[in-house]
Amino acid sequence: MSDATGGAVMDGKVDDKSVEIFLGKLLRWGVLLAALVVFGGGVWFLAESYDVQQNYRTFRGEPAELRAVPQIVRQAMALRPLGLIQFGLLLLIATPVARVLFSVLGFGLERDWMYVVLTLLVLALLVYTLTSGAGT
Amino acid sequence: MNTLEFTLVVALGSFVAGMLGSLTGLGGGVVIVPLLTLVFGVDIRYAIGASLVSVIATSSGAAAAYLREGYSNMRVGMFLEIATTVGAVCGAFLAGYLHTSVIAIVFGVVLLYSAYASTHTLADPAAGMAPDRIATMLRLDSSYPTADGLKSYHVRHVPLGFGLMYVAGVLSGLLGIGSGAVKVLAMDQAMKIPFKVSTTTSNFMIGVTAAASAGIYLRRGYIDPGLAMPVMLGVLAGALVGAKILPGAKVRTLRIVFGVVIAALAIEMIFQGVRGKL
Repeated sequence: MSDATGGAVMDGKVDDKSVEIFLGKLLRWGVLLAALVVFGGGVWFLAESYDVQQNYRTFRGEPAELRAVPQIVRQAMALRPLGLIQFGLLLLIATPVARVLFSVLGFGLERDWMYVVLTLLVLALLVYTLTSGAGT
Repeated sequence: MNTLEFTLVVALGSFVAGMLGSLTGLGGGVVIVPLLTLVFGVDIRYAIGASLVSVIATSSGAAAAYLREGYSNMRVGMFLEIATTVGAVCGAFLAGYLHTSVIAIVFGVVLLYSAYASTHTLADPAAGMAPDRIATMLRLDSSYPTADGLKSYHVRHVPLGFGLMYVAGVLSGLLGIGSGAVKVLAMDQAMKIPFKVSTTTSNFMIGVTAAASAGIYLRRGYIDPGLAMPVMLGVLAGALVGAKILPGAKVRTLRIVFGVVIAALAIEMIFQGVRGKL
């Protein structure tokens, strides 16, 4: 069985182990992709403003276009360096969210409805914190 | 320092933090906030935002290696994640209302506990205990591979573990760390989960917990791309290198050295917090 997930599906049975191996790969690729985007945006950012004096001593908070998901995506699409970094960070934050999403499917395939519900609860909470204005 | 110099120095510091964190199993997150605030004079809110991001990176990055071993317990992880994510949201809310000096002092105290816990390895919980009613209902009992084949275990004290996990979540959301030390306390000590199972399961939970608070920190404008970029890339690269050299490393000595460094940073955090300098 070279590909654990594919093999398990072909065998007609899905277990925790094969779901976990698939999830592990998913997370690793997600992190790699996020790191590449952050690195690309970072190089660009440094090329443009390497000589600027940064001040992180006083807290000002990020501007609105680097705070919410739709604005960050727009900034990244417009190829703004800081927008690209922030988009990469968003991809990174999305990796555990994707893991929870796939766990819902995994428990569903195992017909473990109690855990489908529990996992959906966690997923709902994660989506809520990312999309609502909670805590702002 | 201009931006280029600052970025390179922060990336280097984060690399070392990530490597030590991975070698000692404490995670790089615990030293990122003291490093940024005490050494680089960064506001603690920016520091926590950047630290959270690096916590997610190391958790998700290490997951593939952990999961292949077959130790982690997905049901225990997912059930406890309800407690940690709710806690993380509460902690992130709290961070918006507490004075930064208070956050710094709480950080120092948690750091001291982590340093203490890292030098005291706990005995693996005794096997062969009777099943627990709640654990059976939630189907938390499982088995894990050992040299003598699969070994089954029973999960104990579910409500206590769940409560402690909530605390771990609050601390993670408030301080931007993985709260690995509290998670070990909950899973190993309270719930009597075998060491290997609890370590791998907790690695998974740390990323999900941090993602819950990262969403709130992002919306609140605490995550600065220019600062989070070198921290995330540095910690991630450090953690990967740490995992590669782990088999040949003198982990015991490292743990003690890292424990002393953490304790010193903790005392400095508390001191600066009390003086109102952070």
